[in-house]
Amino acid sequence: MTEDRAQGLLISPIRDGTVIDHISAGQALNVLRILGITGTTPESVSVATNVASGRVGRKDIVKIENRELRKEEVDRIALIAPNATINIIREYTVTSKKGVETPAEVIGVVRCPNPGCISNTSEPACSRFLVTPNGLRCHYCDWLVTKEIAEHIL
Amino acid sequence: MRHIISVRDMDRAAIDALLDAAYEIEARRYNPQRLAGKILALLFYEPSTRTRMSFESAMARLGGSSVTMGSVEASSVAKGETLADTIRVVSGYVDAIVLRHPKEGAARLASEFSSVPVINAGDGAGQHPSQTLLDLYTIRRAMPINGVRVGLLGDLRYGRTTHSLALALSLYGAEIAAVAPKGLELPSGILRELADRGTSVTEYSAIEDVIAGLDVLYVTRIQRERFPDTASYLDIASSYRITPELIGLARDHLIVLHPLPRVDEIDPRVDAMPNAKYFEQAHHGIPVRMAMLSEVLA
Ligand SMILES: [Zn+2]
Repeated sequence: MTEDRAQGLLISPIRDGTVIDHISAGQALNVLRILGITGTTPESVSVATNVASGRVGRKDIVKIENRELRKEEVDRIALIAPNATINIIREYTVTSKKGVETPAEVIGVVRCPNPGCISNTSEPACSRFLVTPNGLRCHYCDWLVTKEIAEHIL
Repeated sequence: MRHIISVRDMDRAAIDALLDAAYEIEARRYNPQRLAGKILALLFYEPSTRTRMSFESAMARLGGSSVTMGSVEASSVAKGETLADTIRVVSGYVDAIVLRHPKEGAARLASEFSSVPVINAGDGAGQHPSQTLLDLYTIRRAMPINGVRVGLLGDLRYGRTTHSLALALSLYGAEIAAVAPKGLELPSGILRELADRGTSVTEYSAIEDVIAGLDVLYVTRIQRERFPDTASYLDIASSYRITPELIGLARDHLIVLHPLPRVDEIDPRVDAMPNAKYFEQAHHGIPVRMAMLSEVLA
């Protein structure tokens, strides 16, 4: 109950849209970057960071009004927020609640850190990474991104 | 359509098929007109005279012909055309493309824009599958590859031929000893990938400590520019030099390989020893590249 009230003070409920909950603490802004939501896009967005949560200690929450994110859009955030849950809200009611699944491949999300990679040239090569248990492997140069994935987000 | 881009794409059956085909070719059991009427484009965005010559020679020995781009300065590349556009145009002229390019992943990109098979002849510090295949072929001509004990020596950090070779060897249950100066060891990503493939790598800093247990010694060049000063380079280079005395510590059947060109890594006195296989290794480039061309073109 205490937790619910605290959240209520931080961000008010939305009528229609998407609530991304249980984001790893500190990753909310990176989640928005991955989703392509910036100050110049029209969505009304509220963000709460470092909210107390029994499940992951501290968490971030993002609420996006009047936009229902598609599954393939949100699965990309699994790279940095594997425990996130996606709630679709209609008329103040949660109509669907899902976890995120790590995709097999991520296209157009991460820039290859290898300066010698063909994907970092003027060639028409879209950034493309295979998701492996050890990290992200560049489709072009085989470079393995193992940590600080958030730093390489396009 | 079959491209040959990276050994990472190949399983053991695919590699064995190419090595078997190369063996048949070396034994002169092949049709010298197999690729008659076929045209190969050699697109070399950086010079690699011997790789280009060996592909041209391999194509000619199968009855096919080759066209080259000429110098990069004189071509549309100098006008700023992308590789993707060049590939889209050239793949309409020929039956297959051999590409050498300074950027890693260039061959993968080319395969996505090409209407004909692409063979990677080296992309920057990246993959060079024909080199790996001829390395494996040379080992197999001397002994069964399965369970072979291979020592990789030299610059294992930047020398990517050793990375591709190690990945391919992992398909054969090989044991790998990595012998490198401090700072030039195998990158952790490669070590982890080899571990995932079930291959254990033991690291050494002195070749004397491991040579007695090896079947194959794969020597690579240590470049001067990796060191802060000439003195520290010469110090390291001399302690990694292969000499007849060092080979004397090894088992009789040890073979010594080197992707060439060598500078000082191998004492010329080693050349006359039966263990020295690096010139044969270079010659194997022809049957192996003939097998690759047959595979993608026939
Ligand atoms: Zn890359």
